[in-house]
Amino acid sequence: MYAFEIERPSTIADAVNALKGEDAQALGGGQTLIPTLKQRLAAPSVLVSLTGIGEMQGVCQADDGAVCIGGATTHATVAKEAAAHYPALADLASHIGDPAVRNRGTIGGSLANNDPAACYPAAALGSGATIITNNRQIAADDYFEGMFSTALDEGEVITEVRFPVPQTANYQKFLQPASRFALVGVFVAQYADGVRVAVTGASEEGVFRWSEAEAALSANFSASALDGLSLPADGMIGDLHGSPSYRAHLVKVMTGRAVAACQG
Amino acid sequence: MTGISMVVNGRAVSGDVEGRTLLSSFLRDDLRLTGTHVGCDTSQCGACVVHVNGKAVKACTMFAVEADGAEVATIEGEANADGSLSVIQQAFQDHHGLQCGFCTPGMVMSAAALLKDNPKPTETEVRDYLEGNICRCTGYHNIVKAIMAASGQDVSAIAAE
Repeated sequence: MYAFEIERPSTIADAVNALKGEDAQALGGGQTLIPTLKQRLAAPSVLVSLTGIGEMQGVCQADDGAVCIGGATTHATVAKEAAAHYPALADLASHIGDPAVRNRGTIGGSLANNDPAACYPAAALGSGATIITNNRQIAADDYFEGMFSTALDEGEVITEVRFPVPQTANYQKFLQPASRFALVGVFVAQYADGVRVAVTGASEEGVFRWSEAEAALSANFSASALDGLSLPADGMIGDLHGSPSYRAHLVKVMTGRAVAACQG
Repeated sequence: MTGISMVVNGRAVSGDVEGRTLLSSFLRDDLRLTGTHVGCDTSQCGACVVHVNGKAVKACTMFAVEADGAEVATIEGEANADGSLSVIQQAFQDHHGLQCGFCTPGMVMSAAALLKDNPKPTETEVRDYLEGNICRCTGYHNIVKAIMAASGQDVSAIAAE
């Protein structure tokens, strides 16, 4: 790693201030950033650790029923504390990485990084979540801008993520066992005004909504509603673990499993 | 350099570290607690698992500065005060839960974290919890068996003596 300083602010205001420094970079749980630094793929002069900020920790429920998760809340905490409010989200959090990774990695860090195979982007987009930063609120539909790219500005911090709770939801992750990321992951959520289907791991553009499946499932919420659908392989990720057409096929299979699990 | 202090295995320690100093480096190079192993340095293998404020973490994927003020537990603190092996360590020996031993510190620390939260895990729960701990010798079977035994459960029905 190149040399850098670490600051550990205890308030959002102090963190935002520290991030105004030249080449300053936010540090969540570090489960992606630290390996990146080791590879010398990033060279910040200052890392601003967000994990000591009390106002960015924890899970609560808003008056409208939405589940609110502080940006610096670990996956392990979400798995435990969101279980009563939003079981599908807690279940997703409980299968990210491995136990030690879940004790450090944070929801804000995952969403800010927007890895094309990460789990949380599928939950946020599939739930129509709101990403709340130090200066604005961003709808999930406007937030994800492609692989490792988001609507966040330089120095902007995710302070909270707000998830409307669906009638039913399920996340199906086809595990890539070496990386423990999703080879393909599909989050299906049924709301009163329709069904949302968000796919991670498959597309070169990162997480996306499969609108044809959403329309079919909104009309008929059963796995058989997907029968006539197919997803084109164009733009799907191809690597030694799976070809674009394999991933496209897997999206449909995992969507069907998620719908079946919702009804199980 | 930043001055840090923490409690490691019940003992107050302090040191001066760079921002980029990993917790694993601080434990091994500064405190000479070399029981915490660094296998892959990419947070895949779990040989470096320690407890920070009671939670299992990979010491190679956390900065020492981030552990400032924390309570840290490493494999050196696992044995009983009289030097005899802890229940988990003894179970690893009794059930042949190690061969080369390189992954063992991380395995024992992960097992200790699991049993603290879940004193009577099922075999599946043990295997799930060890997802981030890689062993290249044993095939895991006897590690799982050792942890089940350490939890006080009958392991006679588990195969591969």
